[in-house]
Amino acid sequence: MGVKRRSFLIGAAAIAGAGVFGVSYADRSARRAAMGATVKPGEGGFAAWLKIAPDDTVTVYSPTIDFGQGSHTALAQMAADELDADWSKVRVEQAPALPGFANSALVEGFGDEMGHGMGKHLPQAVLSMLARSAPIMITGGSSAVRYTGQIAMRRTGAAARLALIEEAAHRLGVPAAELTTANSVVSHARSGRSLRYGELAVAAAQRTMAGNPALKVPKDCKLIGQSPARLDIPAKVDGSAQYGIDVIVPDMRVATLVMAPVRGGKLESVDDKPALAVPGVERVIRLDDAVVVVAKGYWPARKGVLALAPKFSDGGHGALDSAAVHAAQDKLRAGDKADNSGGSGDVDAAFADKPHTVVEADYRVPFLHHAMMEPFAMTAHYNAGKLELWVGLQDPLSVRKMAAKAAGLSEEDVTVHTTIMGGGFGRRFPEKCEIIGQAVAVAKQCPWPVKLIWSREEEFTHGSYRPQSSAHLKATLGKDKRLTAWRNDYVQSDDAEQETHFSYQIPATSRRHFKYQSNQNDGPWRSVNSTQQGFYNESFIDEMAHAAGEDPYQFRRKHLAPGSRHLAVLDEAAKRAGWGSPLPQGTGRGIALVESFNTIVAEVIEASVDPDGKPRVHKVTAVVDCGTTVNPRNAEAQVMGGIVMALSVALDEEITLDKGAVVQANFGDYPILKLADAPPVIDVHFIESGAPMGGIGEPGVPPAPPALTNALFAATGKRIRQLPIKDQFKPA
Amino acid sequence: MTVELMVNGHATRFEGESDTPLLWAIREQLGLTGTKFGCGIAACGACTVHIDGQPARSCSVPIGEVAGKAVTTIEGLKSPEGALHPVQQAWIDAQVPQCGYCQSGQIMAAVALIAKAGKPTAAQVDEAMTNICRCGTYPRIRAAILAATGQAAEASPQPATGAA
Repeated sequence: MGVKRRSFLIGAAAIAGAGVFGVSYADRSARRAAMGATVKPGEGGFAAWLKIAPDDTVTVYSPTIDFGQGSHTALAQMAADELDADWSKVRVEQAPALPGFANSALVEGFGDEMGHGMGKHLPQAVLSMLARSAPIMITGGSSAVRYTGQIAMRRTGAAARLALIEEAAHRLGVPAAELTTANSVVSHARSGRSLRYGELAVAAAQRTMAGNPALKVPKDCKLIGQSPARLDIPAKVDGSAQYGIDVIVPDMRVATLVMAPVRGGKLESVDDKPALAVPGVERVIRLDDAVVVVAKGYWPARKGVLALAPKFSDGGHGALDSAAVHAAQDKLRAGDKADNSGGSGDVDAAFADKPHTVVEADYRVPFLHHAMMEPFAMTAHYNAGKLELWVGLQDPLSVRKMAAKAAGLSEEDVTVHTTIMGGGFGRRFPEKCEIIGQAVAVAKQCPWPVKLIWSREEEFTHGSYRPQSSAHLKATLGKDKRLTAWRNDYVQSDDAEQETHFSYQIPATSRRHFKYQSNQNDGPWRSVNSTQQGFYNESFIDEMAHAAGEDPYQFRRKHLAPGSRHLAVLDEAAKRAGWGSPLPQGTGRGIALVESFNTIVAEVIEASVDPDGKPRVHKVTAVVDCGTTVNPRNAEAQVMGGIVMALSVALDEEITLDKGAVVQANFGDYPILKLADAPPVIDVHFIESGAPMGGIGEPGVPPAPPALTNALFAATGKRIRQLPIKDQFKPA
Repeated sequence: MTVELMVNGHATRFEGESDTPLLWAIREQLGLTGTKFGCGIAACGACTVHIDGQPARSCSVPIGEVAGKAVTTIEGLKSPEGALHPVQQAWIDAQVPQCGYCQSGQIMAAVALIAKAGKPTAAQVDEAMTNICRCGTYPRIRAAILAATGQAAEASPQPATGAA
């Protein structure tokens, strides 16, 4: 099977990939192995991404994982739409972690963007991980639908449909041009004959698939742009959905651990007897920087851990605290030696040229935790030179590669079963997940499969946090109250230039990155650098509007390109929010506009401050231009959820360091916004601009914090320049 | 020690340490994994079950304290014929879950609230629904509770879209 098939997806990816990363991604034998693992006798498999069973059931294999973003359903919609499949018989499954399912479309998508000079919109952290982890099945960068869907799923669906038509033409002895398709049936109107996809699939799968099939134009789409119910939701309301932590395999043990409180510290000594004395505890395993207790269940394992008094070194970081991080960042910036820079025009000359108005301000944001609801859990079974793993992380092939290396095995001897995930928000990139090495090390020392679960306390204190960051903003206005120059000097671990987008037209702009690395494991956090950069830029442009004595919405307008998508989004948000209409005394309106992952979002927030100093959000209006929405109802959910998460962050969330260790150890120390404080109204509106598709999982996040603090400024006159807001409005 | 209790209508015997949280007895001894571990300190509500009809955070209830009581988990909400509980159906209709991990607990909390309050007011919903959802599904949780209690015609319709 598949001998004649051209692996068109691989070919395209290899070309893009070779240019971008100097590697090729998969070969025909890998595709065959992939389909060997999924396609059963009697079924027809197409380019590995989908198969059709005799009863017409279409199964779509998603290389991207599900951690709540709903892209499994969207990907199935895209393949099924091009295929003209009967939606009621479409299923979606997680693709196995095999090289044949390496996500070539992702590489092609990112490669295309870079080839068109759009690489600066990409998250550097994601790209660098891509480059390290090929072949990849990664989920990140809000890429699932716009790349995997647009490239792999739609093309495969369209090419499979053409193959089904060719096979039907052959069997019916009629020209292919006389055949039509709908609801998984090929029909010949003139003769009244028809064939079901299930009858055609096996033979059609032997045909050469079109390398570049025509895709539907929007008016012909029957599923793309509609909102069928998500396929994963029924199992998430009756308790049957199986997450990584739910895995149960025969004779399994459960383990938990305590890690060095200070990242970078090592285990110096531990007396394992108190843990072994706990009924149910079976092993105490020492790792380089942790102690693992293996028991008959989680509770005895946890009690065993709590009974231990391990001694850890502090890796030389014992003096670090949050104030020291700020001080170090301020000192770095004062040194004026930037590590990276971007922008255009001569900012220094503009600053020196007797500007009419000069404004400067310092901003700070803290480390943030992802706080995904499912703590890390990974089950590993090492037996006779083979390793079997059950886990949900963002890139199953990287998991396989890393686990093989940790176990000293070849990748072929490692099997990864990928589960769904209880949230991620950037925390589940394998490169940031110590649990892989830990679970493998434990499995190699145990005769049973072992499920290693991180307690919430370990999960909180050993995150891969959104970096603590600070920025100095400086801008100037000319006599006409227009911005003449804008500088953003920011200090943090990663350069944000590759990924963050600055929307405003200003003659001279400068962005300078000063690299600061703490001992913490920084990582991508939902919307990555756009969280802090969005806050800096959208707060400061509000300050500049105030300095100019202008309305913040109108001031932004004047610095956006006429006729641009950005202006259309901003205008629509202002219109829908009733910008300028009267508000109750003490309530203010704030606006913010941020483009991230090629999606433009403007948000308007109405907020006030309670007498006790607690900020209250009354209404959020969001307008989103992501080009095209595949499943508008799910896209709305992603934007709403992103807004709720971002408001939580702006109001209360903060990871701090003391003596080199993270202070916040559980939800009691790290308050996450609850239902009572969620805005009563979140109005999300999409502009279907038809522009190239942008991401949807992340872009709702960045505008919300500055829209809120801008609203609070409008309400109170107090400018918030440091997040979280916490008790900054508390009466003295 | 041995603890006897009812779980989802079945007489169940638990053997083990009396301080074992109900959560882990349910998950590891009974294999009912729909009840989730979130924090271990009763702060997040992912482990919410009903004990004699009252919502409880099972991570912080020792099994020894539920001897002789009736426990209902998410798996026990369906009718004996397998039909979804109206609140579960409302959750599907409103397309509430994203990652879904907290939703067993959210649904158990909502079922308990509705059993007590009938048609809960917005203030009652705010007061009772204190479980954490990191995906931020709260607007749709509100909509689903209203829909399940006949207080809203349609939960979260397809959002408006328009041409540029």
